[in-house]
This record gives sequence, structure tokens and C-alpha cells, in this order.
Amino acid sequence: MESTVLRIENFSAVFGQNQVLKGINLSIPRNKITAIMGPSGCGKTTLIRCINRMHELIPDAKVSGKIFLDDEDIYATDPIIVRRQVGMVFQKPNPFPMMSIYNNVIAGYNLNGISLAQNEKDRVVEESLRKAALWDEVKGALHRRGTFLSGGQQQRLCIARALAMQPDVLLLDEPTSALDPKSSSRIEELIVELKDAVTIVLVTHNTGQAARVSDYTTFLYLGELIEFGLSGNMFTAPKEKMTEEYLTGKFG
Amino acid sequence: MIETHFQKELEELKENLLKMAALVEEAIRGAVQSLVKRDSQLAKKTFKREVRINAMEIGIEDTCLKLLALRQPMAADLRFITSAMKIITDLERMGDQAVNIAERAISLNQEPQLKPYIDIPRMAEVTQSMVKDVLHAFVNHDSKLARSVCERDDLVDGLNDQIFRELLTYMMSDPKTIAREVHLMIVSRCLERIADHATNIAEDVIFMIDALVIKHHADEKKTDR
Repeated sequence: MESTVLRIENFSAVFGQNQVLKGINLSIPRNKITAIMGPSGCGKTTLIRCINRMHELIPDAKVSGKIFLDDEDIYATDPIIVRRQVGMVFQKPNPFPMMSIYNNVIAGYNLNGISLAQNEKDRVVEESLRKAALWDEVKGALHRRGTFLSGGQQQRLCIARALAMQPDVLLLDEPTSALDPKSSSRIEELIVELKDAVTIVLVTHNTGQAARVSDYTTFLYLGELIEFGLSGNMFTAPKEKMTEEYLTGKFG
Repeated sequence: MIETHFQKELEELKENLLKMAALVEEAIRGAVQSLVKRDSQLAKKTFKREVRINAMEIGIEDTCLKLLALRQPMAADLRFITSAMKIITDLERMGDQAVNIAERAISLNQEPQLKPYIDIPRMAEVTQSMVKDVLHAFVNHDSKLARSVCERDDLVDGLNDQIFRELLTYMMSDPKTIAREVHLMIVSRCLERIADHATNIAEDVIFMIDALVIKHHADEKKTDR
């Protein structure tokens, strides 16, 4: 029996008058890759932003319902702690421009005011860069700025930065949409390798990517969860007619 | 809704499958007629049809591979293309069986008719209806019709057994006629195989429409979906 790491219960989100998520119920299995797909504006990004409490940073935004991370209600927890447990990587690689590669990786600790011994820092940096499959490419240039790296490398640096905090869940918001095909497939490989260490929730509107890397797929449409299931079934024989139409390009 | 290039390609694939199926139907009908009407010229036309059927199989398979590689279809489109690839294999084998029937007809037509043909034309009629209906089911997304094709397979199997027993009694009563009886048994067996291929197609059609696996009683065994 698979265990659930994140449990989303009857969760809704609004921006002012606009209801973006409507009563979502979803259990995310531990150490699996769950893809969230759907046409633009279906609420997929909002959903993952709610999971690490980024959504509420926007004025006018409100949520109802509950999200549990290992049975802890994340809306009853300090958002700083939630974000430490739930890492996030965005569409466009965003390493801190003035920081070295080394300082980018360790940034989470510095920003959280956690001081580590030098050898501890070195270990975290190396381990995180290795996990993100970037170590071999940058080990001789750790003190150069992160922005000198290629787009794909920058994105892996952002993944390393998120992994450094040893999160339980890693949220990836269209992590390859700004990358060339080769860098994209590098990241896809990495995502699959990482699942032993961390549960991954991947937002993508590239259905091919969802099919290639994910174990489970969720299909959202106009803020509603239409279907959730094993990716192997979803992409060959979805249960819902709407999923079928989306996957065959009838809409979206 | 705007028709995409991909949808047009799928439509073309469907039309080609229907053309191939029509050719197979003609081949079966011609082969059986050549036996019943003792017309060896008609039998020879079956050979030419089979060459065309084989060429169509290769062409359609190539189209399917290109669509899979270039369009990366999913869900219903994926099931349609993979079903098409399986359907053409069954159609091509039906064509082979039609040729077998035509060859036996040519041999039989050189000798006096053993007996009036009654059950073989009946069997041919049921088999041809299966071929016709299964393609109708495919084109019109009619899984109910596809299921009725599967059911008719039992009827054909029954007729095959009956023909076998009848020809056996003929053999025992007059061994000089054994060669002709063996030819007829093979014709009956060919028709039975054609019905099996039609049943295979029906199962593929049901999978394509309902995403349901019914062959080998998979629905009774597997419940993890």
C-alpha cells in the first residue's frame, strides 16, 4: 500500500471574485511523481502555489479547505516551515543573480538564519549539486556566479537549491518550458532519479512530458479535478470523456 | 471545431482501412463463389486481390508508424492507431485464407462435384456477415455490433464441426472420394479461421471504443484498473 504524503481536502482558492480552484480532493503518493496537467488557466499553478503557501502572498487571494503534509495541517503551520518542507522550482530558472553557485545552493540556510559549520556547508553543497546532476559540471567553478551557467544548468542549480533544504515534497512548475529540448530531457531524467529521495509534484502542459516522467497524473479543468490516476492508464485509456478529449486535442 | 492536419490524417487512415477491408470482403466472396459456381476463372481473380491486399497492409502499417512517431498520439487516437495496426494483420490473413479457398476450389472444380454444397455457403454467409459488420462497427464506433460479431463466432465453429463430421462419413463410405473431402474440410477450416480473425478485430474495436479488454476473458481475470 502506498503512503500518502500530501492530502488535499475539499480545497478551493479564489482571487477576489474569481474562483480558481473548486473543491479539490487529491492524495499525493509518497516518493512518486504526480503530474498536474490541464489547459492554461485551469488552476494547476495555483494548486501547487497553495501547497507551499505562496498563493496567499497575492492580495485578494483566499483559500478554504485543508491541505495536510504528513497529517500536519499546513495552514495551521508557520509558512516559513511549510516552505522548508515543500520546495519549489519555477518555470524560468531564477538563481540569485549576485550569488555564487555555492551561495545559491546554501541560500536556504542563510535566509532561514540557520548557521552551519564550513565542512557541513561544503557537504550540503556537494550533495545537493550531485543530486541535481550538476556537480561534475560546476565543481571547479563553485564560486562563479550562478548566472554564468546555461539555462538548463541554472534550472538544475535551482533544483539543487531546493533539495539543499531536504524537503519532503518538491513542486516543479513547468520546469522545462524555458529550456531547449536537450536540457529539458536532462531535467526529465533528473526528475525520475530524484523520486527516491523526494515526492515530486510536476505541473506541465506538455502532456508528453507528463506521460514520460510521471507515475500518476491529475487532470484539472476550469478549477475542477476531472481525473486522477496511474499515468499508464490515463494516457492510453482515460476514464473520463473530458480527459480523452483533452489528450486528443479536442480542446485546451 | 477546426479540423487539424492530424485529424485529416486519421480520417485518411480510416478510409484506407475500409478500402483494404472491402478488398478482403471481395476476395472471400469471390473465392467462395468460385467453389459454389465451379468457376475457376473467378478463383484466379482472388490471387490478384491478395497481392493488392498485401500492398495495402504495408502502406497502412507505414502510415501508422509515421503517425505514432510524428504525432505522439494519446488516449482515443493512440488506441485507434494501434488497433488499426492489429486490424490490418487480421485482414491480411483473411486475404491469405481467401487464396487458400480459391486454390481448393480450382482443384475441386477439376473433378465431379461430390455433393450439393449447403453448409459451406451457409458458413461463408455467416463469416462474411462478421467481416462486414466488424468493419461497420469499427467505422461507426458501435461496440454493440462488435460484440455481436464475437457471438457469431460460435455459430461458425458449430458449422465447421458439423461439416467435418459429415465429410468424415462420406470418407468412410467411399474412400475414392477422400481427396475431395479433404479439400472441402480445408475450405471449411479456412472459413472458420476467417471468422476467428473477424472476432480478433471485433475485440480490438471494443478496446478502441470502450478501452475495455475482452479477449482471453481478460475482463474476468483482471480488475486492477
